Formats: sequence, C-alpha cells, structure tokens
Amino acid sequence: MTSNNPAVFLLMVNGQIEAADFPEYDDLYCKYCFVYGHDWAPTSGLEEGISQITSKGRGSQSLVWNFPLDITFKSTNPFGWPQIVVSVYGPDTFGNDVVRGYGAVHIPFTPGKHTKTIPMFVPESTSRLQKFTSWLMGRRPEFTDPKVVAQGEGREVTRVRSQGFVTLQFNIVTKDMKKLGYETTSEHSAATGLTRTSQQL
Amino acid sequence: MTEKLRAAKSKAASLLEQESIIEPASRLQSLRDRDTLTRFDRDTDPDLQADEDSSFAARLKFRDAARRAAKDKRAEAGLPTAEEAYNFFTFNFDPEPQQQRRKKRQSRRREAELEREHEGEEESEARDEDAPLVRDEEEDLFIIDQSAQDFLEVRRAEYIGYSRRLQRERETLFVPSMRPVPASSKLPENVRPRYLEEEGLYVGERPHVCLTNQNILENRILKQAEGRKWFGDDGCIIALPDPIKESSSRPPLFHLEDELDPALQAVYRKALKTKHVNLYIAGMGDPQADYQLDVDVSGLIFSHHPLFSREHVLAARLAQMYDQHLTRQHKNLTRLLTDKVTQKCASKTKLPALSQVTQQRIAEYKHEVRHTRQLRDVEQEKDRALLKSIIRVWKELKALRDFQRFTNTPFKLFIRREKVDGEQDEQEFENDIMAEVSELEAEAEEDYQRKMSEYRRQHEEWKSWKRKQKALKKKQKKKRQQEEEEEDEEREEELGEEPEKPEPPEKPDTGDLEEQVREKAARIRRKPGEPVLIPELTVSGPITPNEQCPRAEFARREDVAKRALFIKVLYNDKEVSRTDSRTLNMDFRVHFGQIFNLKIVNWPESIKLQVFESVGSSTSQLTEVCVPVPESSVLTGSAPFEEMEFSSNQRVTFNHEGVGSGVPFSFEADGTNTQTLLTSGKLSCCVSWAVGEDDVPLAPPSSQPGGGMYSGHRQMDAIACIGASGLNDMKKLGKWAAESRLDPNDPNNASIMQLLSVVSSGDVAVPEYFRLEQLQEEFNFLSDEELQRSRRFRLLRLRSQEVPEFRHFKCVPSMEREVSEKVFQDYEKRLKEGEIIDTKEHIDAHRALVAKYLQRVRESVINRFLIAKHHFILSDVVSEDEVPSIGVLGWNLFKLAEPKRPLKPCRKERKKVTAQNLSDGDIKLLVNIVRGYDIPIRRPYASKPPASAKSGRSFTEPFTAPVSSQTPQQGSEWPFGQVTPLVRPFVEVSFQRSVLQTSTAEGPNPCWNEEIVLPFSAPNGDYSSTSLQSVRDEVFINIFDELLYDVVEDERERGNTIHTRIERHWLGSIKIPFSTIYLQSRIDGTFKVSTPPVLLGYSKERSLGSEGGYDAVRSLSEGTFLSLFITIEPQLVPGDTVREKFDSQEGERLLIASEVFEKEASGRFPKRPCLTTVIDINGKTVFVTRFIRPLNPPQELLDAFPNSPQETAEVVARYVSLVPSLPDSVSFAGVCDLWSTCDQFLTLLAGDEEEHAVLLCNYFLSMGKRAWLIIGIAIPEGPTAYVLTYEQNRYLIWNPSTGQHYGQYDTFCPLQTIGCLISSDNVWFNIQPYAAPVRMSFDVSKPNLWKAFFSRAFPDPGLSSVQPEGLVYRHTDRAVAVELQDRIEKVLREKIMEWRPRHPTRWNRYCISTLRQFLPKLELSGGREVAEEHRLELQSLLGEYRISGFPLHLPFSEIRPIIEAVHSTGVHKVEAPNVEFALAVYVHPYPGNVLSVWVYIASLVSAH
Repeated sequence: MTSNNPAVFLLMVNGQIEAADFPEYDDLYCKYCFVYGHDWAPTSGLEEGISQITSKGRGSQSLVWNFPLDITFKSTNPFGWPQIVVSVYGPDTFGNDVVRGYGAVHIPFTPGKHTKTIPMFVPESTSRLQKFTSWLMGRRPEFTDPKVVAQGEGREVTRVRSQGFVTLQFNIVTKDMKKLGYETTSEHSAATGLTRTSQQL
Repeated sequence: MTEKLRAAKSKAASLLEQESIIEPASRLQSLRDRDTLTRFDRDTDPDLQADEDSSFAARLKFRDAARRAAKDKRAEAGLPTAEEAYNFFTFNFDPEPQQQRRKKRQSRRREAELEREHEGEEESEARDEDAPLVRDEEEDLFIIDQSAQDFLEVRRAEYIGYSRRLQRERETLFVPSMRPVPASSKLPENVRPRYLEEEGLYVGERPHVCLTNQNILENRILKQAEGRKWFGDDGCIIALPDPIKESSSRPPLFHLEDELDPALQAVYRKALKTKHVNLYIAGMGDPQADYQLDVDVSGLIFSHHPLFSREHVLAARLAQMYDQHLTRQHKNLTRLLTDKVTQKCASKTKLPALSQVTQQRIAEYKHEVRHTRQLRDVEQEKDRALLKSIIRVWKELKALRDFQRFTNTPFKLFIRREKVDGEQDEQEFENDIMAEVSELEAEAEEDYQRKMSEYRRQHEEWKSWKRKQKALKKKQKKKRQQEEEEEDEEREEELGEEPEKPEPPEKPDTGDLEEQVREKAARIRRKPGEPVLIPELTVSGPITPNEQCPRAEFARREDVAKRALFIKVLYNDKEVSRTDSRTLNMDFRVHFGQIFNLKIVNWPESIKLQVFESVGSSTSQLTEVCVPVPESSVLTGSAPFEEMEFSSNQRVTFNHEGVGSGVPFSFEADGTNTQTLLTSGKLSCCVSWAVGEDDVPLAPPSSQPGGGMYSGHRQMDAIACIGASGLNDMKKLGKWAAESRLDPNDPNNASIMQLLSVVSSGDVAVPEYFRLEQLQEEFNFLSDEELQRSRRFRLLRLRSQEVPEFRHFKCVPSMEREVSEKVFQDYEKRLKEGEIIDTKEHIDAHRALVAKYLQRVRESVINRFLIAKHHFILSDVVSEDEVPSIGVLGWNLFKLAEPKRPLKPCRKERKKVTAQNLSDGDIKLLVNIVRGYDIPIRRPYASKPPASAKSGRSFTEPFTAPVSSQTPQQGSEWPFGQVTPLVRPFVEVSFQRSVLQTSTAEGPNPCWNEEIVLPFSAPNGDYSSTSLQSVRDEVFINIFDELLYDVVEDERERGNTIHTRIERHWLGSIKIPFSTIYLQSRIDGTFKVSTPPVLLGYSKERSLGSEGGYDAVRSLSEGTFLSLFITIEPQLVPGDTVREKFDSQEGERLLIASEVFEKEASGRFPKRPCLTTVIDINGKTVFVTRFIRPLNPPQELLDAFPNSPQETAEVVARYVSLVPSLPDSVSFAGVCDLWSTCDQFLTLLAGDEEEHAVLLCNYFLSMGKRAWLIIGIAIPEGPTAYVLTYEQNRYLIWNPSTGQHYGQYDTFCPLQTIGCLISSDNVWFNIQPYAAPVRMSFDVSKPNLWKAFFSRAFPDPGLSSVQPEGLVYRHTDRAVAVELQDRIEKVLREKIMEWRPRHPTRWNRYCISTLRQFLPKLELSGGREVAEEHRLELQSLLGEYRISGFPLHLPFSEIRPIIEAVHSTGVHKVEAPNVEFALAVYVHPYPGNVLSVWVYIASLVSAH
C-alpha cells in the first residue's frame, strides 16, 4: 500500500469523549458527529455516535462517558479539516429530554496525543415568555442542525448561553501529508505549521 | 600656553558671572513685564486690579498668599483670598454672569462673614484672656441670699397663634415664587430687552437649568436690593456659556487599605514592555532573530562656521572650487564631447548622400554635431571660468595673507604648466575652427537657401498681384469716364490689399562668421600654444603661530579652541546614543570615528543625527541631519560613507576676527561687496545593517513590509532595485532618456541604460494606479495567471462560487495532473450555449431565443438568491416553539373534552422537517386516490343515445362527447360486451420514472381509496429548500381503462385455462407539478381530469344520472373528476421567499400605504392572499393596478364570431390559454413572483397564471366587459390569479391558463379562496366572513364587504399604466406552422418506435390521412363540437379495426412536453401482435406566434 505518489492523505483519529463538566445537570448523554469539507471522506469508522447516559459519581462533579471515537478520513485538501461536533442532552426537572450544550472543535493537525476541552453552549430563548414556556413545556430552543456550531455562517442571529465543558482526547495519526506537501509537524509551534499549510492550499 | 588657558578660563568664569548677573535681570524683566500687564488691566478695568493682583500672588505662592491676603488691608476691604474664592466657586453652581464681577461681589459678602468670624474669635480670645466672666462669677458667688426663685420665673407657655406666626414668619421668611418673572421687572424701566442673538452675535449655549429652579432664583434675586444687576440686557440672568469644568476637580477618594475587599486589592506588577508594539518587525516573534543597524559617524567638516576668519572663508571657497575642478577633471566632459564631435563629423562624412533616409540621417547628424559642439563649448567655458576663478581666489587669498600678515590656513596652490607641442596644437585649433566655421557656413547657407526660396515664393506672389493690379487699372481706366467716384473707392480698396514687395535676403557673410568663431574660441579656450594650466592644492603651508597673530585673531583662535562638538544619534525620534565631545580643530574638521550598533525591535522610521556644539558648559544644537534608512542589502563593510550636507540658519556675531554666520561681512576694507554666509558643512556618516558572526546580515528580510507601505511598490520599482531609490517614474525617465539622447556608451549612464532596456523589453512598470490593498500581493502565494491556469484551483474556485455543476463536487484531486479537462466540459458547454441558439432542441427559433432570455433572467435571479441564501434568520438556525397564545391554550383545554376517536377525524398538522439533514429515500410522495366521478364509459352496443346530450347545457359546456346511434357491428368488437361493466378504470401515478398504479375498480364513479407511495429523490442529492423548489418534475396521474381480451385460441382449453391479454386505454390525466405540492405541503380536493375531446370507443356516462338533485348541479361542469390527496412525507418546510427590498419608482407614501394595507389584511385574514405591489421583470416594485389596462385582442379573434359576444369571449380565453404557462416558482426557484407586462408576456410566450390572468382581464376590458383580476387560492395551483367578469347579471370566473370559465355557484370551480380583486384603479380586499366564491358577494361598492385600497382618505394618485397602449400582433406564417407540424410528427413517430423496442411499429396510412383531415375541424370548433359524422366516417372506413385513440391538445412551447404527453397516454404500450398506429399532428397558428398543437394518436387492432 505504499506508493510514492499518493493522491490522498489519511487522517486517523481515535480517542474518546472523556468527560463533561456540567455543574448543575446530571444524567446526561452526548452525541457526536463530524463536519468536514467537500474534499474529505471518511474511509472507516463511525461518523456519528450516541453515548450512554451517565450520572455523576458521589462527590465527583464530572460526568464520565469515556465514549470512544475511531474514524479515518481521507482527503486531498486540508481545506475543510474535520471538526467534531458534540451535543449533550439530558432530562430537565420535568423529565423532558432537553439539550444541555453544543460544542465543536477541529481535530488536531499534528500527530500525537491531544486533550481538548471544549466549552459548551445552548441557544437562548428569544424572550422571557418564550423561556418560561419552553421551560414549562420542556421544549427548549435547539439548533435545527447541530452542525451549525461548526460553521460560522448564520451564527450572528443567535444568542447562546454557555453551559459547561466537555473534555475530549484525540490520538492522531496522519499519512502522506508530507508527501503531498503539507507539513504539520515542525519544531516550531503549531501555529507556524498552520500558516504553512494554508499557504500550500 | 598654560597661561593662556588660565586666562581663557578666567575669562570664561567672568563670562559666566556676567551671565549669572544677566539672568536675574531677565527674571526681573519678566516680572516687570507682568506688572505692565496688570497695569494695562487696571487701565481698562480698574475694579479688577486688586483681584488680579491677588490672583497673581496666589499663583506664586498659593497658601502663603492666601493667609497673607486674609490679613491684607485690601483683603479687609472686602476682597477674598484665592482659596476662598476657589471654595466658593466650587460650591456654587449657579450660572452666573461675568465671573469677575460675581467673584468680587460674592467674595465681598463672604469676606464680610469671614471678617465677622475673625472678630468673634478675637473677642472670645480676648474674653478668655481677660476672663471677665470668671470675674463676674466671682463677684456673683458671694450673693447667696437670692434663691432659685429669684432667678426663675414661672409663666404660662406663650402661645402664638397660627395666623400671627405666619405673619411673623412672613416678616422674616421669604418663599420665592416658582412663576416666571415678567421681563419688565428684570430690566430697568423703559428698557426693552435686547437679544444679542438677534443682532447676530454669537451667544454660547448655556447649560440646562430646570425652569422652575431658574424662576425661583430670579424671584429670589429680584427680592434683594439691586437685584437687577444680575440680569443682562436680554432679561436673563447673566451667565457664562458653560461654566462647567470639563474634568472633574473633585479629589479622588482614597480608601484605607484595610477597608478594601482583599479580592479587589490591586496587585502591583512590574510594567512589562510589550514586544508587539505596532510597527514591530514581523518575524520578531522568535527572540533569536535580532536586527542590528550600525551607525558609523566618522566626522564633520564645516564649509562655513561662525568662527571662520576671512581667510578661512576664502580657503573654504578655494577648496570647494578645487574639488569641483577635480571632479570635472575626473569626468573630463570636454574631452568626451570633443571626441564625440569629431566622431560624429567623421560618421557624417562617411554616409553616402543617396536616399531620402540618409539625407534625413545627415540632417540629424548635423543637428547633433551642432548640439554637441554647443555643449562642449559650454563645458569648455565652464572649465576655463573655474580655472580662472580658482586663480582669482588664490590671488585674493594671498593678498589677504599679505594684508593681515598671518596665515590661518595651510592651503597652498601650485599651478603646473604643461608644455604642449605648439605646432600641433595650432594645427588642431585651426582645424577645429575651420570645421566649425564650415559647419556654420553650411548652416548659414542652408538658412539662406530657405530664405531665398521663401523670398522667391513671396516675390512670385507679389508679381502676380502686380499683374492683376495692372489689368485692373486698365479696366478702371475704361470705366473711369463713366463713374469716377465709385471707381475711386474701388481702387482704394484694391490698393489696400497690396502686399509688400519682398526684400531679397542678404547673403551670409562668411568672413564675419570666422571672426565670430575665433572670438568665441579665444574667450573660452586655451590659446594655441599656450601651456596647459593644472592647479594643485596642497595643505602644506605653514600656519602662523598664535603668538604672532594680532589680538583679534588670537581671540578667535582661543574661541575655536573652546568649542567642542558632539553628535546625538536619534532613532525613531528617540535618542539612542551620542558621540564623545570633540574639540573643534583649527581646520574646522571634527573626527569622531565612532560606530554605534543599534539593536532594533521597531521598524526604522527615521535615523537622525543632531550636531551639538558646546562652549564651556552650554550646548546648542547646530543642526539636525536625517539619514535615510538603508536598504536591507546595504551591509556594514560594504556600505560607502555618505556625506550629508547640512546648514543652520542661526545668527552668530563675534567681536573678534571670526566672521560669524548669518551676518553680512566684507572682504574689502571699505565694507562694500558684503556677503552673508550661513553655518554649513558636511557630515560624513554611514548607516548600514550589521553582519552577524556567521556572515548573516542582521537585516530584516526585504520582503517584509519595510517602511510599512512601500515594499509592494518597491518590488515593481526597477530603479529601486538598482539602488537609485527615489526615482520611480519610469515613463518619465524613459522619455527623458530618449529626449536627451543619452550616450549608451557613457559609463555614467550604464545603469540607466540597463534599466531602460529592462523597461522596454519586459513589462516592469510602476503602476500608475493607487492600490487599496497594497499588501495583497505579498499574500498571494501564486500569481493570478498561474491561478487561472491551474485546473485544480479553477475547480476549487468554481466550487466555492457554488456554480451548479461543481457545487457538490467531492474530493478535488490534490494534484494538478489528476484533474482532467473533462470536468469542465459541461460547464464550458453551458457557458458557450449562452451565446449559441440551439434551434434543434427548440424547433422554433423564436422560442429558442425566448428560452435563452428566460435562462438569463433565471440565472441573474438565482445569483441574487444565492447571495440572499447566506443570510440567516433565527428560525433557520434555532428551532423554537411558538409561544402558545391564550386562545390556543383555551382551545387545547377545550380539546380535552373531545372524543378520543371522532367519527369524522380531521387531518392533523404534522411536524415540519427542515430539508437539511435528509438523504435519498427519506422523502416520499403520498398520493391518496379517493374516488373518481364521471369517467367515460365504453360505448355500449345498442343503448340509445343518452338524452343528456342536449340537457340543459349552457354555453359553458366545454366538452361534449355526444353519442349517436351505434352500428351493431361495433358491438361485436367488445368481446365481453354485455357482461362486462361499463368501464374498469384504474389510476396510474408516475413520478420521477417510478410508476405505480391502483387496483382496478369498476364503473364510471369508482372508489379506490388507495394510497400510493412514491419515492422522491432530489437532484444531486441536494435537499436544501432551494433545490427542492426548483424541482421541475411533475406528478402524472393517468386514468386508464383496463380491458381484458380473451386470447385463448383453443375453445377446449377454456375450461381450465384463462388466457387473457390486458390492454389499457388512456382516458385522461392530471398533471401536478412537484413544486406546487412542495409549496402547498398538501393538496386535497377534487380535480378535473383533462380528457381528450374525443375518445374513440368511449362516451360520457349520462343516462344513469337523473336530471335532478346533486347530479344536476354537477352536470353544470362537464368532465371527469378525481378526488385526490397528495402530500409529502415527512412534511417539508417550504423555503421562505426571500424578502428582498426591491427598489421602486412608486412614491414612498404609496409604498408605505400598501405595506400597511397588506399587513392589516394578513393580520385579519391570514389565509387570504392580498397583493398590492408586485415585482416586474426588471426587479422593481410596481403597484399592481398599473398592470390593468384595456388591451386589444387580435382582430382575427374578434372577427371569428361577430354576432356572439359570448363565443368571442371564449375564443379570447382560449387564445390566452394557448400561451404556454411556465410557473415562476419553477423558473425563479422560490425567489419571487415576477410579473411581466402583456407585451413582454406575448414576446416571451411563457408566463405564470398572473400573466395569463392580466392578459385576459385586459382583453375583456377592451371588449367592454366589466372585469377584475382575482387574487386567490385555487387547487391545484395554490395562490394564483383568475379573472372575474360580470355579464348578464351574473359573475363568471375564468381560469386563464385553461380558458375554462365557471359560474359563481359552480361547485367544481377550482378557485377556493378569493383574497382580493384588482381593477385598473383600485384594489379591494375581501373582508367578508367567507372567501369561497359560492358564499360571497362580489359587489365591491360595499365597504363592509370589500376594503378598498384607495379610499377618500387616500385617493388614487392617478397611477399610469405600465402596459403598452396597444398590442401589435404579428401574423404567424402558415408555412412555419406546417413545417413545425411535420417536424413534430416526425419526432413523435420516431419516439413511438423507440418506445417499442421489441415490437415492430406499423403505421396505418389511411387512418393517418383521415385523422389529419379531422384535426383542423377540431381546432375550428375549439375542441367542443366534434364532427360526429366524421367520426362515423372513420369508423366505417376502418370497420375492420378495433380503434382506440384520442386527440391531444396542447399549447406549444417546446417539443418535450408534447412527447411527454404522448408517452403518458401509453398508447404505445399496446402489444397486440397485429396492432397498427395512426398519428396525425396539426399545428394551428394564431396571431402573435401562438400555436395550438393537436396530436391525434390512435391504435388500431385488426378485428380478425
């Protein structure tokens, strides 16, 4: 499988959605999905997943899922680098399933182990009355598509409230990136690698 | 020497002393100055003097003065201290006029109080000291016999009555009124208020004061004596414009640290200097990279200094001239030019004078030689003059030295004589002179020749004039005898024109020329044989020692010795270092030789060197020299020293020999010929980038934005590249080079020539434009051409532009070579197609043009839409439940009491799904076919003709299938004759190539009640609402009759084998576009099935229905009907139409009114469409009534039925319906509804229901009918436009796209809701409780039923129509129609054969020719009256065959829909082995290129 002139590079991601920190809520589960550009295609692994419901331990504040991620992408172009979108749900006081947070983060560029903590947020109700009724009815405002949080477009119309944090861990392996002229590993910081990548684009 | 030094020191000390004496004097002076100032004040305003004084004092010593002032007598007289005044003013916020006066007045009062206090204190103190009380007490202490009663007096409590108390209070208290004070009381009597503003003076804006407060204050002031003083001339309180201080004068509050919350306490951190100051060098992020500038200050030479003696001045001049001489010598311009002249002369002579070109060349050479010679002469003259002046100055210098009897400067000039070979020199000189003379002669000769020719010409003219004159004179002589006077006049006139007789030019004098040349040569040149003089300046001369000098000179030298100089180095206007101070030498040269290494962080903006001169302890800046920031290629070691000239304009005079600077002095004894020299000199320095240890230049990379702005420019600046920065106008340079005929061989010009060659060859040019994003180029990682060329980048760009072909292109290859050209083929083809009209596709060239035009409109609209698509609203991003209103809550409560399973359940609204996360197979189309009505039945054998053929049919009857007597043999064609039911219909639904059908029912009114689920897939898998809206697919619902034929050949098998062939006969169809379903989300109702006018073998079921009851009502509208319910599962949210603000030419008021009207309407009746403004094809908002205007229909149609207006109306409606309809929602995917005017509509020959309706309405209006446009909702179209007419006391509703019309009470009228009516002058909105036409009144004059847009409150502004005055119809060529007819027929035949790949297709020519004759008759009758006899004829002629077929009628737009329609009938599916087909096409042309297409298709099966 080793060719001198690769047409695509591979990005292998494995890791886990380790834990979350939502101070006020309990019994939460999370969903994840990946958002990536046109030039990307998953070759193996699960693109979407939904975790078990987890409760806080006695005395501990974090909710642990340890939900594994394992996916391999192939791509021809670093533009549209995959992002993971995590959305967390859980029951409210009336037992209705409501959203507790949305968050997204880019898959790290550089090979190796990375731990990311992403802040989570939920859209706000448009008015106090709405807020009250949505609380009463258990129908909180939600994003029509969780993938919205991975995009910049259309965000200006929303107001959000931050909710908590989710910690993710990634182990990244890339293949043939360098052969295609994209250098993500350098002795300098990741930032310089980024600029170089964008120049290559 | 030491003595001298001491003397000098003592002198200096004395000088210093003097200075120190002077200084206090100056201070005194300044004080005195101030005094005069106050005195001046006093003069003008004596009242203020004291105040001024005190304030001055306060300024000097604030607190002291304050205390002193308190004791001051003047202060006692009622003047405040500054402190008090300050306190007073900070506490008093009243807007007060004229601060000074107020200050005085207020302070006086305040002072009085203070004084009183003081007095009180003093008194008490005095008492304390004297202790008088104690003394009294001591005295009193002895009086014991008096008891307490003696001191106390018991009395009744004194009561003061309320009224008395009030009275008393009134005496002492005063409550100012809040009422405004009349102006008269504020001003002195008989004075009218004077307003400065009105007089044009500027009056500042006063701070706002509450009016009641102001009134209170005014009242209070007036109460006092002299209260009026507080008021100005305008009767207002005198106030400064705005006395409020800009900054707060309140001292900040200091808290004790303990009181502070520990969390809030400030933590001290040492200040860190941010590295990232703006302008830092990019790439400074890593600390290793440091940049170093080396500033080498080598020395300073004064070309003039105030301490120069006269000799120095001369010496400096001499040196300067000598330098000049040397540089000239070095360049040796004279020699060069002389060589050039000789060379040119030589080349001139070499050229053979043959052709015109060489002549030209020679002339040019001549000119050049002359020019060069002139230049040489000038240079020679300069050389000579320089030499002369050097000698003169030297002589002057010598004279001066002699005169003053001492020498100051070491300059010595030797003049070396170089012997020359006299004869040769003479020869050369003579040659030169002769050459020049000859040249001049030639020139003069040329000149002469030219003048001669000119002269000859003039002479000739003169002569001819003379001749004429003579002839005239002769004539005149003859005439003179008759009329003398007139002639006289004439003659005079003639004479007036006489030209002067030209003088022949003088011959040039050659002898004179030679003399001139010789004279000039003598002036500017060395005489032949004269030795060459070479001056040599040396500095070896002895300088007279100090002792031998006169006193003045000695003083000067002393002064010079005292001077010292140093240089400060300023980097970005900050002093970074300075040189050591060096004393000034006698030769006025200072050597520093210091190198400063500047490690820099910030970008170099400026490097300055400041020259300071110090005399003793005082220093003064002489001058400042700016050094340019070096280019990054200028490195230490290789950079040359630069000499910066500087000068200073300070004035210095001395009383010794020093000439000073900036002051006139003279060399002459009598003081004439004065000169003024300024201090000037040259600073020799070098600024360069340092080189690091490993030979790496410590310069910032040159691609960095050096100097911020210019580097982008510099890249393009070729001159900057070769080092001559500053010259950057290449064009000018090139022009100059061409004009000045630069010598390309001159080494001085080498760089310029090279540069010019670069410029002319390459396209390196300085852009003439101003670039907004000058750094853009820096960030481009590819040049634009490369970007254009690369297929990969092109692909990426097209994708990001959302070009339809590439919008969903996945995985653009990473390598250029992997992108094939094929990718772009489709796209390029489409681009090309825009220009070429493909007539093959469209058959008709005109329609092709229209299609192209529509395509372009569509594209522009879609582009607009794409932009709008990227604007989101909240509901696009966040899904949120609506707040339930009280009504809804109540309804929900009410619903709780409802039965759980009602007998007649109604459909519930489903949750809507946004079409974002959908994929193929998720969306399904549900078609519920409920039942059918009046399906045609097979022609029974011997049943008698139904009577209904002539039953109460009105003119509305569009469809007739009259049944006449049947021949008995016909019956034999149906094998199951009597036993089989009348018809066995089933419904087939086809959508997106998937075909499903219901089970077969029986009878003409079947009930299927079946749900058909069809999958839906969006184009390109794009399920966004945009792409869904633009789906052009249609749902075809066809009704077929299923026929079973027994094909068992053998009678014996009949017992145990059933062998039948199923045949299906098309009966009718309904087409529903997907976009309608999508936009309406569900379609529910009974639809009319479009059936062919003639169905061979079938007849309408009539006899079964009784004449009365429901059927009677139904029979009013003839036709077959189908009850359907269509929806999409899951329900999709239709994309919102983009509410774009279109510009408009309507008045603002009208637009607002229409907005309000529409808003009100939708508020009251949200389900009724209301339309007041529409968007025309240019994208402008137009008021809707402008579209309504009577327009003439084609005369041909009016002439068709001259006697029957009703039939004419139908013909017109039919004509309108023949214009193909193209829903806007398909062409302009959900963007907007565009309205085109009738002429545009008829030109485009495609339009929406609105356009049809407008055209029809306009036709009706011109025919004299009362007609309105109905905006309403119909099935299946959804929101649409119909036409309402009023005739014969009843209202008729016309469907413009089918040409059908309905009575108001027609149950099957597709129009369900009527929103508003539009006429040419008004819009009425339906405010009746019901919107269905059956249940409402159309009387628009009733305001409680119809709300008019233009009412008495808002009358019609008289809107002109956008429609043309009349329509012009082109007569459609019959031949074109015939040609089209043939082509369609050919295409259809080919298609049918193509559809039957497994069977041979045979055509029955006889039948075809019969059908062909039949079709024009159908057209003539409008498809209503069937030529029954013809059909019979057909039947009889084709008696052998079982025939089934029908004519199809279509408006013509393209050929594709015709093929579709034929295909959907399924005639080609007949698979009987002996089947034959017949196909006939007829195209009937109507005026204006409207074509009506008839296709008759039939299948014939041999009866045998």
